[in-house]
Amino acid sequence: MNDALLIAGKSYGSRLLIGTGKYRDFAQTRAAVEASGAEIVTVAIRRTNIGQNANEPSLLEALPPAKFTYLPNTAGCYSAEDAVRTLRLARELLEGHDLVKLEVLGDPHTLYPNMPETLKAAQQLVKEGFKVMVYCSDDPIQAKMLEDAGCVAIMPLASLIGSGMGILNPWNVQLVIDAVKIPVIVDAGVGTASDAAIAMELGCDGVLMNTAVAAAKDPVMMARAMKKAVEAGREAYLAGRMPKKLYTATPSSPTEGTISASRSKAA
Amino acid sequence: MIQVTVNGAAQRFEAPLAVADLVQKMSLAGRRIAVERNGEIVPKSVHGSTLVADGDRLEIVVAVGGG
Repeated sequence: MNDALLIAGKSYGSRLLIGTGKYRDFAQTRAAVEASGAEIVTVAIRRTNIGQNANEPSLLEALPPAKFTYLPNTAGCYSAEDAVRTLRLARELLEGHDLVKLEVLGDPHTLYPNMPETLKAAQQLVKEGFKVMVYCSDDPIQAKMLEDAGCVAIMPLASLIGSGMGILNPWNVQLVIDAVKIPVIVDAGVGTASDAAIAMELGCDGVLMNTAVAAAKDPVMMARAMKKAVEAGREAYLAGRMPKKLYTATPSSPTEGTISASRSKAA
Repeated sequence: MIQVTVNGAAQRFEAPLAVADLVQKMSLAGRRIAVERNGEIVPKSVHGSTLVADGDRLEIVVAVGGG
């Protein structure tokens, strides 16, 4: 089945995008990413430790950019200006790579997006030629504004970053999906495999997660579970679920030919 | 003597120097880094020819694990 995820004109076989933070070490990061089957991995951009890291291993060695599509993020940025500067540095660091994850946070307690700043940053980044995948609120009107600004994917939170609370408002995720034509990827809130499956069953184009895998007791096994969940949810969405029937049961077995004369036993 | 701010910390050098030399002095030569000087990217291709002046603010960044 050819069911590629298309982002900014490039197709990806996996609909699971995975973060590289919070793992025990780079070996575990690599093992989890490989188990997840993800092709797109998010990374953060941070100041180097001056003078004490000559032989420190580098993430770029653990996850070669030739093998994975890097998605540098702006985690920790609370203004459009900081986010834009961070992604310019990312583009320089990754030799012209222009697919980025924009997130402009509102406060450190909720890590909820600051949408006016997010929109401002998105407009500037698009002007500078970046392909912007954008973390945002699950608001269909804002999502449409970001699409109109030229973003290449809308990435609403399903619950707070790192909370593992799951898809708290499936109705809003659905509204966002209906509001835009570009891919919608749930970014934040997934806690376990069923959450990822629910997101995909709703019709999301993909799921991005980090803590759900990294903070599992066995991150590599959880990465495998997430791979299956995203695939299962996607196929269930494409297959088209049966209609829900409230208050009425329908037997799966034939109602004729039972050996009992009593109808009450046919089930 | 010049004083510049690198990743938020003051650093002193005897004379103005190229970004490439500063990177070398910071033991970062050969590493995958990106440099910003006074809010503007310094492309790798001009690290050798871009001079750091007194009062400059530099950011030197790497990619790390993140969501």
